[in-house]
Amino acid sequence: MATAHSRSAARLMISPAVLLLLGWMLIPLSMTLYFSFLRYNLLMPGAHDFIGFMNYRFFLTDPAFFSALINTLLLVGGVLVITVFGGVLLAILLDQPMWGQGIVRVLVIAPFFVMPTVSALVWKNMFMNPVNGLFANIFRALGMQPFDFLGQAPLASIILIVSWGWLPFATLILLTALQSLDRDQLEAAEMDGAGPLSRFFHIMLPHLARAITVVVLIQTIFLLSVFAEILVTTNGGPGYATTNITYLVYAQSLLQFDVGGGSAGGIVAVILANIVAIFLMRMIGKNLDV
Amino acid sequence: MGHISLNQITKTFGNVQVIPPLDLEIEDGEFIVFVGPSGCGKSTLLRLIAGLEDVTSGEIKIDGRDATETPPAKRGLAMVFQSYALYPHMSVRKNIAFPLKMAGFDKAEIDRKIDDAARVLNLTDYLDRRPGQLSGGQRQRVAIGRAIVREPAAFLFDEPLSNLDAALRVNMRLEISELHNKLETTMIYVTHDQVEAMTMADRIVVLRAGIIEQVGTPLELYSKPRNLFVAGFIGSPKMNFIEGAVAERRDAAKVGIRPEHMQLSLEEGRWEGTVSVSEHLGSDTFLHVETERAGMLTARADGEFPVRHGDRVFLTPQDDKIHRFDAEGMALS
Ligand SMILES: Nc1ncnc2c1ncn2[C@@H]1O[C@H](COP(=O)(O)OP(=O)(O)OP(=O)(O)O)[C@@H](O)[C@H]1O
Ligand SMILES: [Mg+2]
Repeated sequence: MATAHSRSAARLMISPAVLLLLGWMLIPLSMTLYFSFLRYNLLMPGAHDFIGFMNYRFFLTDPAFFSALINTLLLVGGVLVITVFGGVLLAILLDQPMWGQGIVRVLVIAPFFVMPTVSALVWKNMFMNPVNGLFANIFRALGMQPFDFLGQAPLASIILIVSWGWLPFATLILLTALQSLDRDQLEAAEMDGAGPLSRFFHIMLPHLARAITVVVLIQTIFLLSVFAEILVTTNGGPGYATTNITYLVYAQSLLQFDVGGGSAGGIVAVILANIVAIFLMRMIGKNLDV
Repeated sequence: MGHISLNQITKTFGNVQVIPPLDLEIEDGEFIVFVGPSGCGKSTLLRLIAGLEDVTSGEIKIDGRDATETPPAKRGLAMVFQSYALYPHMSVRKNIAFPLKMAGFDKAEIDRKIDDAARVLNLTDYLDRRPGQLSGGQRQRVAIGRAIVREPAAFLFDEPLSNLDAALRVNMRLEISELHNKLETTMIYVTHDQVEAMTMADRIVVLRAGIIEQVGTPLELYSKPRNLFVAGFIGSPKMNFIEGAVAERRDAAKVGIRPEHMQLSLEEGRWEGTVSVSEHLGSDTFLHVETERAGMLTARADGEFPVRHGDRVFLTPQDDKIHRFDAEGMALS
């Protein structure tokens, strides 16, 4: 792309894709923006009056909003911590030469292929059910009271379920990063007198920094919109204990039939996601351009 | 101190024996070079000495102490890798400081040693750069710097110059030789470039398939190769090998004559032949000559020798420079 001619040709050729993408994003976004300023409730047919920022005021002053915001951050943060730590450990484990490596790798990747709804249902009914779930049986076998995961610690349980689904992704990215680490560097460090822990902290971890950044960025984008796991396990409850912003928007527009309020929530969610993204980029984006 | 002795060491990967039982004594302060064709086990031998591979059997002694089971860091050796193996996320200063930090030196001591090393290696201006911002030669110097600050009993180099271009390689060769003269530390150097071997070594170890074919000073190997392999491996262009009547007349299965040990003439000589290729370098002329008596021969003349493809030339070998070999390929005295 050196000459002016080839540059304009390149622009021309990518323009269909850019236009499609713009349409794809801009139309729903502007519709949502438009609805968010209307009184638009499916239970109240009639004129959709323009009501200014009323929808926003209601959404932001709703007591559920604040707890939804906290829940969203806890959910994203919790899953990130678990998947990054677990992913690094698993990646190191899978990188060791061992018997049956191929099969173990496939098994570790497998959860990624299970749909969120399915995995959440399996967790809810087969593992966490306080009466006949696997955990309850184990607790009873050990002579303890079964623990009602989704009742007593609903958010933690959902964090666990979501983490289970995302751990393979983190592991996979980190494993490939680990495999690209020059063996000579590790051997040089060994000759330089670095023990296993020093080698991990001084050589492996810095090498993984970029991959960890990628994992955090990509996962954050998806984790801000976790929905299926909440819908099939707790329906946002008990109370608002597991309602995140995404679920609150859903509840607003589809359970209370308030399209205007839901749209306002959607716009708020978009703004929040951008704030998080800016913070993330500030904090760890510098890892990407070394 | 850096006396290293290898006693009957072997190395087996799976069921392939890469190093058959091998003995070698490396004297303190010596510059010893391992040469041999690709895959002959040079790197493996070096890694055995470094402790990066475990020996299958045998014993490694460093300064008289048994180091066979000693982990790499405790052997007091430093290694310079072909790929440099610098830590990319650390500055040059931190790279060089790393072994010192691991050894628990205090800050002031570390700084002093880094400054010394940087001065010796001309790295003072680059201390705050990352390895990615250095040229190949500078990276190599950082790798050497990281090795010297530890003040090791011996340095191990695994083809350290093979990633550099020809001019730089000559420079670094000199620098490493100078470094050896200055530090007087044992150095073990792996290469398959025989010019490096001949110019740098106090002694050369010629390896083939894990077996030591000959150990000696460069000139010993050049003038008294023990067998056909060493004779063919040392010297460039390669020694000419002649079989048949020429060899039989000298009671040998094969005789060898180096290209530089043949007189070239346009008028007269012992073997007559036609030039098939002539290479004029200005300082030397290499001729590939097809002779009737001795087959295809390579000959070297000092300076310019004005012949071209198809010309007739005469070659006369210097009789006292002819090497004789028996049917097993061993040199006859
Ligand atoms: N980890 C290993 N597993 C199995 N075989 C190995 C291993 N490392 C080396 N080998 C084998 O040992 C032999 C010697 O290898 P080595 O790396 O020592 O050769 P080298 O002399 O250094 O060659 P080069 O000049 O190409 O670097 C080779 O045949 C190689 O295939
Ligand atoms: Mg090698």
